[in-house]
Amino acid sequence: MHNFDLVKPSSVAEAVAALGSEGAQALSGGQTLLPSMKQRLAAPERLVSLTDIAEMKGVCRGEEGLVVGAATPHGVVAREAKAHYPALAWLAGEIGDPSVRARGTIGGSLANNDPAACYPAAALASGATIVTDRREIAAGDFFQGLFTTALEEGEIVTSVRFPLPERAAYMKFAQPASRFALVGVFVAQFADGVRVAVTGAGEDGVFRWTEAEGALSADFRPEAVEGLSLSAEGLLGDLHGTPAYRAHLVKVLTKRAVAAA
Amino acid sequence: MKVTMTVNGRPMSAETEGRTLLSSFLREGLGLTGTHVGCDTTQCGACTVHVDGEPVKSCTVLAQDVAGKSVTTIEGMANKDGSLSVIQQAFQDHHGLQCGFCTPGMVMISAALLNEKPNPTEEEVRHYLKGNICRCTGYHNIVKAVMAAAGADSRKLAAE
Ligand SMILES: Cc1cc2nc3c(=O)[nH]c(=O)nc-3n(C[C@H](O)[C@H](O)[C@H](O)COP(=O)(O)OP(=O)(O)OC[C@H]3O[C@@H](n4cnc5c(N)ncnc54)[C@H](O)[C@@H]3O)c2cc1C
Ligand code: FES
Ligand code: FES
Repeated sequence: MHNFDLVKPSSVAEAVAALGSEGAQALSGGQTLLPSMKQRLAAPERLVSLTDIAEMKGVCRGEEGLVVGAATPHGVVAREAKAHYPALAWLAGEIGDPSVRARGTIGGSLANNDPAACYPAAALASGATIVTDRREIAAGDFFQGLFTTALEEGEIVTSVRFPLPERAAYMKFAQPASRFALVGVFVAQFADGVRVAVTGAGEDGVFRWTEAEGALSADFRPEAVEGLSLSAEGLLGDLHGTPAYRAHLVKVLTKRAVAAA
Repeated sequence: MKVTMTVNGRPMSAETEGRTLLSSFLREGLGLTGTHVGCDTTQCGACTVHVDGEPVKSCTVLAQDVAGKSVTTIEGMANKDGSLSVIQQAFQDHHGLQCGFCTPGMVMISAALLNEKPNPTEEEVRHYLKGNICRCTGYHNIVKAVMAAAGADSRKLAAE
């Protein structure tokens, strides 16, 4: 790993100012960034740690749903969101392992937008709002392809606001070596319809399976998606699973999520 | 930059760079080589230590990022009189190690589990230990050791 300076601001304003300098990058839990720096995929000159910023931490039930601070580790979400949004808490508690969950954060996961990450599915299926230091971005506009988001240079996610569905569940088929999702499906039922978000499968990252959303909005039972088939076109294929296999898993996991919701 | 943290109950300091990992701070800075580095890629858990009571992979935490915090390593696990702690003794009694390379991390992650959940089920033990890899034992005796340390009757566990 190339050397760098670490700065530890205690407010969002200080962090944004520190990120204004040439070669600066945000560091949250470091569970993705530090391994990629070791591989020299990234070599920032200055890391701005978000771990000491109190205003970016915590889980809080507000009028518009559940607000999760961007620097809140997965383990805390697993514990503290349980009473308000059990499907989200379950998802957080299945990310990686306890040590990864003690450090890795929701803001880092969303900003990174790994095509196999779990949180993007929750954000998209919930119709969440990504709040940054300068604006609010709907989840549908935030994710823009592999490892790509709507975030501008130096912009930081400060919190995520999740509307609370009537029912929801996340099903994950874990890739056994990495523990990321080979395929993950998040199903959420709201008063105005059902949203289904798929991670691990799309060549462009997380996406909504609109056909299933239509069928499930009319009839929220696993059988409702029985007759549908997701096209394998545009799905990821690698040594862990072909596009056709992933398409099959999406349907199986959607049915399981509906049954579990 | 000089970094100070409380390690195994005592304040300890060493010089660091921005890129100094907690694992290097402990091993090279403080000479506490009980914390092992197996993969250096966040996969194996050999480097697991506790920061403020929570397990972390010390190869994936910056020393300067946890300055001032309280860290517990395998060197802090034995009883005050130097005898093995309940978990360590259970690993020995149940052959929860062979080469021993993964063992510091296994003991630290098991201690974190038992702090959180004093009486876990076998399934909970396996789930919690997912991020700690052992290439020798096949895990079964490790799970037995953790269950025994929690006071369970490990003879009731299946043989394999
Ligand atoms: C062994 C292992 C298993 C894992 N398993 C899973 C899994 O099953 N599912 C899953 O979803 N993930 C998994 N992960 C990834 C994990 O969830 C990471 O924590 C997460 O992807 C990144 O979060 P972080 O806080 O560590 O971010 P960092 O690594 O600190 O940062 C990641 C990127 O986001 C940027 N960034 C961080 N915070 C912000 C912010 N607030 N605003 C703007 N940009 C920001 C950084 O600059 C960097 O580019 C796993 C990781 C490991 C090591
Ligand atoms: S050495 Fe840290 S996880 Fe393997
Ligand atoms: S005892 Fe050898 S790696 Fe676990």
